[in-house]
Amino acid sequence: MSESSPATQAAHPKDYTGAKLGMWLFLFTEVLLFGGLFILYAVYLQRYPEGFRLGGEQLNVWFGGGNTLVLLTSSLSVAMAITALQRGRVRQTMGLVGVTVAMAFCFLVNKYFEWSAKIHHGIYPSSPQLKELPAGEQVFFSIYYLTTGLHGIHVLVGMVMMGWVLLLIRRGKVNPEDYVTLENAGLYWHLVDLIWIFIFPLYYLIL
Amino acid sequence: MNQAASVSGQRGFWDASGGRRGIGTWVFSTDHKRIGLLYFYSTLAFFCVGVLLGLALRLELFAPGADLFTPQQYNALFTLHGVVMIFLFIIPGIPAAFGNLVMPIQIGAEDVAFPRLNLLSWWLYAIGAIMALTSLFTAGGAPDTGWTFYVPFSVRTTTNVSLATLAVFIIGFSGILTGLNFLVTIHRLRAPGMTWMRIPLFTWALYATAWVQVLATPVLGITVLLIFAERVIGTGLFDPTRGGDPIMYQHLFWIYSHPAVYIMILPAMGVVTDIIPVFARKPVFGYKAIAISSLAIAGAGSVVWAHHMVTSGMSDTAVMVFSLLTFLVAIPSAIKVFNWVATLYKGSIALDPPLLFALSFIFLFSIGGLTGLVLGAAATDVHVHDTYFVVGHFHFVMFGGTGFAYFAAMHYWLPKIYGRMYSRKAAVWGWALLTFGFIVLYMSMMIVGVEGMPRRYYDYLPKFTFWNQLSTIGSWILVLGLVIMFVNIFRGLLRGEPAGANPWGGASLEWQTSSPPPLENFDHEPEVTHGPYDFRKAGL
Ligand code: HEM
Ligand SMILES: [Cu+2]
Repeated sequence: MSESSPATQAAHPKDYTGAKLGMWLFLFTEVLLFGGLFILYAVYLQRYPEGFRLGGEQLNVWFGGGNTLVLLTSSLSVAMAITALQRGRVRQTMGLVGVTVAMAFCFLVNKYFEWSAKIHHGIYPSSPQLKELPAGEQVFFSIYYLTTGLHGIHVLVGMVMMGWVLLLIRRGKVNPEDYVTLENAGLYWHLVDLIWIFIFPLYYLIL
Repeated sequence: MNQAASVSGQRGFWDASGGRRGIGTWVFSTDHKRIGLLYFYSTLAFFCVGVLLGLALRLELFAPGADLFTPQQYNALFTLHGVVMIFLFIIPGIPAAFGNLVMPIQIGAEDVAFPRLNLLSWWLYAIGAIMALTSLFTAGGAPDTGWTFYVPFSVRTTTNVSLATLAVFIIGFSGILTGLNFLVTIHRLRAPGMTWMRIPLFTWALYATAWVQVLATPVLGITVLLIFAERVIGTGLFDPTRGGDPIMYQHLFWIYSHPAVYIMILPAMGVVTDIIPVFARKPVFGYKAIAISSLAIAGAGSVVWAHHMVTSGMSDTAVMVFSLLTFLVAIPSAIKVFNWVATLYKGSIALDPPLLFALSFIFLFSIGGLTGLVLGAAATDVHVHDTYFVVGHFHFVMFGGTGFAYFAAMHYWLPKIYGRMYSRKAAVWGWALLTFGFIVLYMSMMIVGVEGMPRRYYDYLPKFTFWNQLSTIGSWILVLGLVIMFVNIFRGLLRGEPAGANPWGGASLEWQTSSPPPLENFDHEPEVTHGPYDFRKAGL
């Protein structure tokens, strides 16, 4: 299900404010979805500070940092794409949206290698090796996989969405007069980025 | 030509098929009235399924001992009954069916803000419902956890819980999209002159509900996803042997499911608030207080979830805090009851079917609400927790409250949508049997609960026999009432007398257009010059 739907579905006299309002409300629900996981994180961190510290040390800052850079770049390219479209530079817009899609893809490849490395070391949910670890670390890795997994799915959805917007731009359905779809897709992408900005320090850096 | 046509000269939106044919004119329609009817028929169908399951439960409990079902079958039956009634009937019932049918007309809009998203919501609902039904017959068989999916049982049972949780996730997504759509619609698409203080109170109630839907449902989403993950990849987050904590599941679950109670009850209150002034021929008493109390209930109701857990082993402080907060919700609810009664006071009352159902609502909901205080007070809750008292209580609130409001809405608004009227006499009979059967059915449950009978057991001690038999007999009376009511409604809607544009003399916008309404609801964009209960200015 394309999650940007509100944007394209304003009633016939196009209501831009309505479309944006719809998107913001939707983003709210996404924040709350992740909110559930962050609450679990907070509660279990309070219960197992030591286990979380040990778990955090085992995550690779370079993978996490790399992906942070990738996402920040992609957020920049979306923002630039919107400005470019507003100024009527359609070709440039398409290039910038293309960069975003490519960045999203990089993120997923990076994540694939990161997860593979961990799984290779026998650390994945319900693995025999994980069950040997102290309770705190087990919980840490469970939440780690759940949160980054859910985030990864969102990156994937965002990537598909950006690809679809690219198609709409090429067909002229999204154009310098009517760009709310791109704006909303951009908002969604910024949210995906924003959530990562919380995940990165909480899992990779602080502990 | 049929009668409705000869009255209004057209069959309104029923004729406008949008260039499609057959069933496509319905399942691909983006007209909010058609989508509302889709929801109406689907929620009604699931209500009937749920009732049959409930009857089966009552039959098993007619006499002590194992009669009809094995314990496993009984568990599956009450789980299914709960899931169907909660997720497929009562949560979407009023907002998605009647909200879609009348809200845009009430505010003078042509449609909702995102018509295609609206259709998508219905599709998601339908897909989720099909998945829920599929989970009964596939891999492992019908879930037997109760509709709450409590861990650790929901993680260990071999029944098809995984599919059922995904179904709930998708249905939840559908609810979020409906709520979002309504919020934007109410903010953006009101007709000229429709100020916030002129919005009919049903729409106000939907507005408050939509906020709860948007803010609470994502938490349900993550909760059922976590159960799914526990089962499929074994994350162990709720498993104490691996550092997890089952109480965390209960917190997450009730953070949604208690507010969900307000998703069920707020629209019901809205229906009743719209009906009472029309049949008392008096402006509603305390318009602002009712509108604001809807928001207050939505707000206060969102912070009381842990009253479901006072016996689960929380700290005493937490128990006390949540107990207090629970009591606070009683205030805005009581404000509403007071306003309804004050509106009726010295009114010139027309005892038509919609009002009868609304009166039953006030009576039954008040009993449900007051017994809720017994459960909200920690000291008494410890005594009656997980007994039949609780089952009686929530049926009073949900069925006596929301169920009856759904019936009231049906009798009130369907003549508008179909352009025809049902028989008043049969409606009164149906109403009387329903209300009487209801009280026999659930009052007995409360009494046997106080005497100590636990819930979710397929058998009981012989000393509970009397009240159980009375309860089961009540269920038969109630079903008789249901049958009379539905037969009457549908016969009337298909073949009854033409209803006319404004059969009840209402002053809100939906009564100012023809019955059935035209495709885009009004022939001319309406200009709103008075409040929704200003009967004198409306010339009524
Ligand atoms: C003819 C109508 C109905 C009958 C005879 C009936 C009967 C019952 C019975 C006997 C139980 C107890 C199961 C147990 O605890 O062992 C039950 C549970 C329940 N009913 Fe109903 N019911 C009816 C209508 C409704 C309606 C309209 C709703 C919708 C709100 C509803 C929602 C529930 C729920 C949520 C439970 C709890 C299931 C659980 O314990 O997990 N019921 N019902
Ligand atoms: Cu509650």
